[in-house]
Amino acid sequence: MKISKAEVVHVADLARLELDDAAIDRFAGQIDTVLAYVDMLKEADTQGVSPTSHAISLSNAFREDAMKKSLDREAALANAPERDDENFVVPRVIG
Amino acid sequence: MKLYELTLHEAHGRLKRGDISSRELTGAVLDRIGNLNGDIGAYITVDRAGALAAADAADARIASGDVVPLTGIPLAVKDLMCTEGLKTTCASKILEDFVPPYDAAVVEKLKAQGAVIVGKTNMDEFAMGSSNEHSAFGPTRNPWDRSRIPGGSSGGSAAAVAADMCIAALGSDTGGSIRQPASHCGVAGLKPTYGRVSRYGLVAFASSLDQIGPIAKDVRDCALMMNAIAGHDPRDSTSVPRNAPDYTAALKEDLAGLRVGIPKEYIEQEGLHPDVSRAIRSAVSTIEGLGAEAVTVSLPHVRYVVAAYYVIAPSEASSNLARYDGVKYGFRNTSGDDLLAMYRNTRSEGFGPEVQRRIIIGTYCLSAGYYEAYYGKASQVRTRIREDFENALTTCDAILSPVAPTPAFPIGEKVDDPLTMYLSDIFTLSANLAGIPGMSVPCGFSGEGLPIGLQIMGRHFDEETLLRVAHAFQCATDFHTSRPTL
Repeated sequence: MKISKAEVVHVADLARLELDDAAIDRFAGQIDTVLAYVDMLKEADTQGVSPTSHAISLSNAFREDAMKKSLDREAALANAPERDDENFVVPRVIG
Repeated sequence: MKLYELTLHEAHGRLKRGDISSRELTGAVLDRIGNLNGDIGAYITVDRAGALAAADAADARIASGDVVPLTGIPLAVKDLMCTEGLKTTCASKILEDFVPPYDAAVVEKLKAQGAVIVGKTNMDEFAMGSSNEHSAFGPTRNPWDRSRIPGGSSGGSAAAVAADMCIAALGSDTGGSIRQPASHCGVAGLKPTYGRVSRYGLVAFASSLDQIGPIAKDVRDCALMMNAIAGHDPRDSTSVPRNAPDYTAALKEDLAGLRVGIPKEYIEQEGLHPDVSRAIRSAVSTIEGLGAEAVTVSLPHVRYVVAAYYVIAPSEASSNLARYDGVKYGFRNTSGDDLLAMYRNTRSEGFGPEVQRRIIIGTYCLSAGYYEAYYGKASQVRTRIREDFENALTTCDAILSPVAPTPAFPIGEKVDDPLTMYLSDIFTLSANLAGIPGMSVPCGFSGEGLPIGLQIMGRHFDEETLLRVAHAFQCATDFHTSRPTL
């Protein structure tokens, strides 16, 4: 087995997901199957091969450091689930 | 012929001559959507008022003598490209009420030509899927057989084009999401070279793979859409500073002097449906008949593409989707009493199961102690795959293959079996990993009457050869003129 139920719960927690028992049971088996399949990557000879992060590699995509209009505050706040006049509002951070 | 049946270039001709107005054309398309969308589920949002206003503006522009190919043309946009003032949901509950404050670069470009955006098309949630079953707003059905999937993740765009619910559409393709639904719906679709089209305003899934492209009724329409959207954009740092050509200049009727490569690994691929195999062989013969020389090429590392992709794409997705936290926009679950509980409850309720699975796989692959074995190794294998294609494309000008191993499968068949679903992407993932352009063009029908697509892949930035092969093939065949009975 590549991944246990406990590991699935731990990794989900790192990703800020909380799974119910049914989801843990279902996901653990499915994710284990996928991880077992991708294990075939080990067979590939990649000795000395550089990784490809982008197929078309650009370095230093510069632009002029010019002032430009950005979203105004009202537009930026318009989709907020909760807000006041100037800020995003979130639940209590420190207990 | 009904107005909604027109291709983009036919509609443009009629608008330019003043035979029809954009108002009439747009009205016909909106009525068609009204009649069919309940069954097909191609659109998440239809913007009737906005479309008619844009049509009137286009008619005024045409009356003043200013008409370019997309002026007044009703188009559909996949629901993961931002449209100012028009809901953009990514087919996810977590963005169900999100109204973008700006337009994606491609949407700006469509609007600059005076195009009419009729609505936002259905998709797999956050573009993760090959069937459009993973939409929070219900599946899209294949217009050729409504018990089957249209393909995904741009399934709504492909179904809308096939069912004449728009004249042409934009999709996005991270592992085949333009080509595979185009194949299953019997229309043309092009995934351009990575970096060819700006992704500014495209909701990110896997940033090293995502690319926007057209889905249309024929190859000329794809070329016209490419003319509108291709080109450098400094707001997307992966956009390549290189001028885009006039893609319609590539549309020739013969293929004299061209070499097409047939990968031996794909011919030997297990699980290839006999009807697909037959259609592809026949398409290769047609292409040879048009003057091209077919040669066998080898892509020794393609056996690793599904494994490499399903490490790289979920890893990047897990990082990109960290931004959906219920703070700045989108859905929030308010039941928890502190911030951490709000994050967990929001994300667990807001994301569907496939998105959660991929976030977990990606987070696992990137976590301490596993990064090198998974993401690092997959990125090295990706280099091998890219080199395979670059090598093959020194001995030929384009590579031909199936798009999907089978015709469209029944809704529900693979939805609880992620690995089997992932394996259906085997022919399309390579182009994204290698960054090369890929196209699907209709090349036949299965015994059950379902469309089959031919995939044409080419060198970086050589979309023109793909369009040339596809156009010549269409000039010699009539598969692209068949439409489903609706």
